[in-house]
Amino acid sequence: MALSWYLVLSALIFCIGAGGVLTRRNPLVILLCLELMLNAANLALVTFARMHGNADGQVFALIVMAVAACEVAVGLGLIVAIFRRRLPIDVDEMKELQG
Amino acid sequence: MSAVIFFIAAIGALAGAVGVVSLRNPFYSVLALVGHLISLAALFLLLRAEFLAAGQVIVYAGAVAVLYVFVVSYVGDGTQPIGPGGARLRAVAMLFVGALFVELCIALLGSGLQAIDGKGAPYVPGFGTPADIGEALLEQFLLPFEVASLLLLGATVGAVMLARRRFGGTTIEDVPYQPGQYITPRSPFSGTMAEAVGVVRGPAEPVLRVRDGYILGERELRVRERVPAGDGDPSASASTRGEA
Amino acid sequence: MSVTTWGWLVLAFPLAGTILIGLGYRRMGRGPAGWLATLMIALAFASAIGALLSLQDLDEHGRQVTSSLWDYAATGSIDARLAILVDPLSVFMALVVTGVSTLIHLYSVSYMRSDRGNARYFAYLNFFVFSMLVLVLAANFLLLIVGWAFVGAASYLLISFWYRRDTATAAGIKAFVINVVGDVGLVLGTFFILRHSGTLDFLGTFDAVHDGAFADHRGALVAGCMLLLVGAFAKSAQIPLHTWLPDAMEGPTPVSSLIHAATMVTAGVYLIARMHPLFEVATPAADLAAIIGCATLLIAGTIALTQTDIKRVIAYSTMSQIGYMVMGVAAGAYVAGLFHLMTHAFFKALLFMAAGSIIGAMAGAQSLDRMSGFRRAMPFTFGCFVVGGLALAGVPPFSGFFSKDEILAFVGDRGGWYVALYAVGYVGAFLTGIYTWRMIFRAFFNRPCPEAVELEHGHLAHAEHPTNPATGEREDTDVGFPGPEHVIAEREWRMKVAMGILAVGATVLGLLQIPNVTHVLTDYLEPTFADSRFVHVHPPNGLIWFGMVLGTVVALLGIWIAYQVWVKRPGAAAAMQARFPALHAFLVNKWYFDELIDLLVVRPWAALGAFANRTFERVVVDRTLVGGATGIVRAGSQAVRAIQAGFLRYYAALLLLGGAGVVLYFLIQSS
Repeated sequence: MALSWYLVLSALIFCIGAGGVLTRRNPLVILLCLELMLNAANLALVTFARMHGNADGQVFALIVMAVAACEVAVGLGLIVAIFRRRLPIDVDEMKELQG
Repeated sequence: MSAVIFFIAAIGALAGAVGVVSLRNPFYSVLALVGHLISLAALFLLLRAEFLAAGQVIVYAGAVAVLYVFVVSYVGDGTQPIGPGGARLRAVAMLFVGALFVELCIALLGSGLQAIDGKGAPYVPGFGTPADIGEALLEQFLLPFEVASLLLLGATVGAVMLARRRFGGTTIEDVPYQPGQYITPRSPFSGTMAEAVGVVRGPAEPVLRVRDGYILGERELRVRERVPAGDGDPSASASTRGEA
Repeated sequence: MSVTTWGWLVLAFPLAGTILIGLGYRRMGRGPAGWLATLMIALAFASAIGALLSLQDLDEHGRQVTSSLWDYAATGSIDARLAILVDPLSVFMALVVTGVSTLIHLYSVSYMRSDRGNARYFAYLNFFVFSMLVLVLAANFLLLIVGWAFVGAASYLLISFWYRRDTATAAGIKAFVINVVGDVGLVLGTFFILRHSGTLDFLGTFDAVHDGAFADHRGALVAGCMLLLVGAFAKSAQIPLHTWLPDAMEGPTPVSSLIHAATMVTAGVYLIARMHPLFEVATPAADLAAIIGCATLLIAGTIALTQTDIKRVIAYSTMSQIGYMVMGVAAGAYVAGLFHLMTHAFFKALLFMAAGSIIGAMAGAQSLDRMSGFRRAMPFTFGCFVVGGLALAGVPPFSGFFSKDEILAFVGDRGGWYVALYAVGYVGAFLTGIYTWRMIFRAFFNRPCPEAVELEHGHLAHAEHPTNPATGEREDTDVGFPGPEHVIAEREWRMKVAMGILAVGATVLGLLQIPNVTHVLTDYLEPTFADSRFVHVHPPNGLIWFGMVLGTVVALLGIWIAYQVWVKRPGAAAAMQARFPALHAFLVNKWYFDELIDLLVVRPWAALGAFANRTFERVVVDRTLVGGATGIVRAGSQAVRAIQAGFLRYYAALLLLGGAGVVLYFLIQSS
């Protein structure tokens, strides 16, 4: 398969994820869409690794996976904390950090 | 052959992605994500990244998605309908996202990027194997490796700190459960794709009935109506519960 | 030591006194401050004597010595130096200033004994002496202006010394504002002269004038000299910038005696005398000065006839006598004018000191209406008043007689329309005799007033509450108000010593310039005025004798009339006042000068200021400029603030937008 297909697929997934981030109100789902974007990036990285025959891209993707795991942990911790204080789990309601 | 697998995996990935974005119930979104992740693992395999594919399944689909499932269960599937001005926002977002996609495609496929080689480099045995990745991690990328572990530590501590109980504050577990307390509004949708794309609409307001402190769902309501009300004999309730 | 070293020492001592007292007043009590100040001025006087002696050692033609300490800016077109000029005129002025100041400091040590602002007083007084010395020793216009301004500032500080009194602070501001008007005139005049002379230095300017630098620019010179006159009139309280002097009597009496009798008000006379080469070329300015001087002496004399505050009577007499001096130096009688300056310093300071004594006996009251019959209770003060009064009226052989007549003889000798000034001068002398002795007869003759009776029994009167002598309102004796204790000369040796020395001076100083017999000052001051065309003019003996006789007659006539009206016939004054009520009102209200200035100057300016505030300031500056600028900023920031909406998705959108933009940029760039 020509490698540009993989890249186009990665771009498509990225854009879908971006659309989800912009559209959804539930922070959990926003985090899920964020995961989509990260995975798209991973796919692109692995594609380029394949392209150049260099494993550096795969290592990069591995580290990205680790970082994504961290980010998910913290993000979900935040959501749990919000839920425990009985605040609405709605990104539009959490707008006190404003100018 | 690889093309077939590619298309299957690609369609799976895309379906999962669209599902994540569109499904109303967050639980279902998580499941869609899991599907997406597994498809992506297949794609990784096609790209000769075996270790990474395994890692994707184990770490991402195994650990991260499970974490999501835990939290969704705890928090509840509080889904709301799209808020005011949501349709317009959706349209604008889709437009923007479409534009972004077009832009990226131009970047990737246009004549500007000469470096994209269709075929890819010739195969070197041991490319993408765990041994290869491990060697790279411990020799070339030792510092990022260590820093990533540090980052994981930080994230762990952070997550614990965020979600722990604070002294003097009351959390939701302190208050004893009141019957009917968790009126996290039940989703009027049942989670079909038809609803996701807006063909079918659910009822405007959920109809709630409470019996013995429990909210009755639609099925329970329907079952209830079949059984004459007011008897209260345990055998009827038991059978209802057994059916449900 | 060289002449100029003595000159710098004359300046250094009062400055050191100011700084030491000003910075160290907390350590010093009331005693040391006064003694330190007096010592410093005495040392300055000694240095002035040293300067005199070493100046006389120099050759006659080299008696104008300059010394520069530092160059501020010595470029092509302007030469600003910290330089002093030691020549007979400046040493003369320095001697008068430091000599009289030493005695006044001595007097003040007693007078201000119980005042809580004692150290502040002496610091200010030393500062004043320093400023006056800078003024007279200056070698260029720059330092002159500096000294001029400092003297004005010192005058303000000292007039409003009892600063919690509203009348005192108002008077201080009035004096300062009028002085600043004079400063403006002085600076502008300097500029006019500098334009064509090319140098700020006095000697250089005089040389330029003699060399004809103003031959084609006589108009500029006349304008410059007239502007200098504005400065001189403001400082010397001549019409029409005189209104501050009577109000300046709000300050303590030693201040009045030093600043507003002996030294500061003579600065204008010094200025005209120093600038004599310029004035001799710019004859319109000199004529104007002579006319104004003459008008002042007459107007002030008439006003003094009706004033009831004893210090104001003496203030108007100061104004009148300075009118004589201004008239003299403007007409070319430089030595005569300066001689009168010296004698006037002595007898006027003496009169003020004696007035301070009698005010002390009256427990702070200054009104002549309340004083009478102090002759038996205060013999020393009475004696001083008599000596001073005789010198002021111009009775031989007291010093005032010789100096005044010398001026008038010279003026009469000038001929032409100066004869009118000559005649007015004698009318003024007549009035001088009347008002001076009116004051003395009212205060010391007739039945003793209650305070005098108390004093005869040996008990100094004390007022129930301290009051403001001008308005009668009740006051305090805390800082910013006069101290609780009142002193009289009979009980204070320091006051006696000071007044005694001044009385002796007022009596015998006439010996310096007896016409045709002695000419000490003429010889001494010759090097300064050698380039004047009047220096060798000598009035004919006939005129001199006629003047002396006329002066004596006029003075004695004035004294006799005063005696008749205020001692012999008690109701005569009241009867005259009843017969000429309009005239009396006109004179008591000081010829309505204050009201006139208020109408012509103060109100238009106030209206202009109010208009500027209402329209320009409020509408243009506040609303348009300031409001507009801040409004624009506020609107801009509000617009920018809208980006921080708080919505997470909005931020995410911005992020993605930015990211897309970056990709687009690189895409375009690489293609």
